[in-house]
Amino acid sequence: MPLGALSAGSEIDGFRLEEKIHQGGMAALWRVTRDDISFPMVMKVPRLKYGDDPAAIVGFEVEQMVLPKLSGIHVPRFVASGDFTSHPYIVMEYIAGNSLRSRLSDAPLEPDEVARLGALIATALHDLHRQQVIHLDLKPSNVMFRPTGEAVLIDFGLAHHDQLPDLLAEEFRLPMGTAPYISPEQVMHIRGDHRSDIFALGVVLYYLTTGERPFGNPTGVHGLRRRLYRDPPPPRAVRENCPRWLQEIILKCLEIEVSNRYGSAAQAAFDLQHPSQVLLTGRAERGKRDGFLKVAGRWLASIGQEPVQSGSVAHNLGSVPIVMVAVDLAPGHEELAELLAQSVRRVLDSDKGARLTCVTVRKTPLVGLDINVDETGANLHVRMLAELMHWARPLKIAPDRVTYHVLEAHDPAIALVEYASSNHVDHIVIGARGSSTLRRFLGSVSSQVVAEAPCTVTVVRVPRHTHGSG
Amino acid sequence: MRLALFADIHANREAFTACLDHAGRAGYDRLVLLGDIVGYGADPAWTLDTAMKLVSNGATAVLGNHDEAVVKGRRKTMHSGAQRVIEWTKAVLEPSHIEFLGSLPLRVEDSGCLYVHANAWAPGEWEYITSPFEAARSLAVAKTGLTFCGHVHEPAVYHQGASGRVEYFRPVPGVSIPAGVRRRWLVNAGAVGQPRDGLPAACYVMFDSAHKTITYYRVPYDVNSAAARIRNAGLPELLAARLERGE
Repeated sequence: MPLGALSAGSEIDGFRLEEKIHQGGMAALWRVTRDDISFPMVMKVPRLKYGDDPAAIVGFEVEQMVLPKLSGIHVPRFVASGDFTSHPYIVMEYIAGNSLRSRLSDAPLEPDEVARLGALIATALHDLHRQQVIHLDLKPSNVMFRPTGEAVLIDFGLAHHDQLPDLLAEEFRLPMGTAPYISPEQVMHIRGDHRSDIFALGVVLYYLTTGERPFGNPTGVHGLRRRLYRDPPPPRAVRENCPRWLQEIILKCLEIEVSNRYGSAAQAAFDLQHPSQVLLTGRAERGKRDGFLKVAGRWLASIGQEPVQSGSVAHNLGSVPIVMVAVDLAPGHEELAELLAQSVRRVLDSDKGARLTCVTVRKTPLVGLDINVDETGANLHVRMLAELMHWARPLKIAPDRVTYHVLEAHDPAIALVEYASSNHVDHIVIGARGSSTLRRFLGSVSSQVVAEAPCTVTVVRVPRHTHGSG
Repeated sequence: MRLALFADIHANREAFTACLDHAGRAGYDRLVLLGDIVGYGADPAWTLDTAMKLVSNGATAVLGNHDEAVVKGRRKTMHSGAQRVIEWTKAVLEPSHIEFLGSLPLRVEDSGCLYVHANAWAPGEWEYITSPFEAARSLAVAKTGLTFCGHVHEPAVYHQGASGRVEYFRPVPGVSIPAGVRRRWLVNAGAVGQPRDGLPAACYVMFDSAHKTITYYRVPYDVNSAAARIRNAGLPELLAARLERGE
């Protein structure tokens, strides 16, 4: 069957075409069904007519390569693909709900809402990066939200898989991406840095916060090359009610130099989830764009600048872990606390880009009781926070690399595991109490954390001394 | 159909055994030996016995330059260490082994795949494919969408799209590469018996023709025994040492 003749009711490889839901420049989308599959599906059929943009064809090949490799809730589930000798197509899960694009007309959004959406997108990005894939075309129309709330990234036509041949690497002269969202290094034809997606996230956050695009919508190579040296107007200059913490996050995502951005989308998600913990730097205070001299300096440096490819995604992500240390502040465990600090120091020494989150748990008697209304509880919370900071002080960690949290929970192990999970923690360091009278009361928190943690766990123990006390 | 592709076994009994075991566990329908069954290594008789048995059971095999040297005599271009091993190999083989090697074709084309030891443009001249330039030269004369070769002892994937430009890709072991039909592919299967990419583990390729995927595997094997066998046979020390270093 010629491609032009697709119509509702026809069948391809057992998939029945129900309804064309979209006709884009590069592909058509059909809602399809198959008897043995119960969830809703969509079939993407590329335009392959003679004279069509070769990028559309290669982009389709790329998506056929990358999508089957991906899994998880943050991407559409891959079902099947047909090769180019018969019917080129990809069938994937249909994502119900709206794309982020539908929210653009509401911008500027309230800062809390920007942070909420941003954290969802950053979480999805981190999941993608962990699977060795860089999206390279993150923009509102490529972000969907499931009815359950999770962000789903779609359209992998420009994506780069770190462990597969890059079909787009040298094919075309123009920088590939969408002009308002493209990162400086993509302008330089670098396709292997996951922080390009963090830059695009910054553009999205900026737009949602201010209702304006940070770099406009340039056309042509000259306009895009400005991204190598021109910084955007700070969000607070465009919209006064943008809080400093949000400006800090946005401008950190939008740093021209990749190494000045967040090392991972998980770190960006962390800040978006904990505004009060964001360390404010000069970025937060910036009232206008960089001055002539600074920009001219960057411009000079950008002339004739050659692309420099950094290491693999896996290597880069591995060097910027979020490390969580669970500290027991109860008296009688000073030796353990000291060993815990030593252990944390070793982890941080080996990964210079690591961020540390220090966590302790205040055990509450009842689940669901709002302890913040309780004055004693509030005082205790503040005291424990101070003790936690006191514990971490000898580690001498730069303030932008450490945060402190007192969790309130009935079950400390569950609270720690949930915290690690929702904050994309890569490595938990926790102490194991030896035999103690308190242990009966607390149970073995560390063993439960080891059993249920979503990541690596290091258990620190005070060496047992053999003596005859039985 | 799943094809296991072994290049450059080079009489390395330990590496060959390890790869056969590994591929056997992974499951395959057919075996393809991409040339240089002998040379460099110190157990050519056992290796050939095994290869002959496999071929009589349906495996495909093509001729390599070391195999040819054993049959026809050494070539001037071969370095002296390799020549010494060829002479030694000829002395330890049976006439049936030589006859088998002499019967091997330079190239085999089957079901959309070309199997050749060195390159497609002049398979008997043994020129190397070490860059996209040479890969393009080979792809230009191959009629098939896929070419599998060896000879270089380093795993490499070259692919060519509609623009004609050829790109190099260094494969990641264990990660299947979808080899789409809109593109032409040249796959160097690395070396079973003498890897030179810095990793001593034996290398082979599995091709799934139904799903069009190419997967490289690295198989750790008993390098010490293979190296000891070379030393005990009095063959050049360099050949034992390079197995240990994978260079």
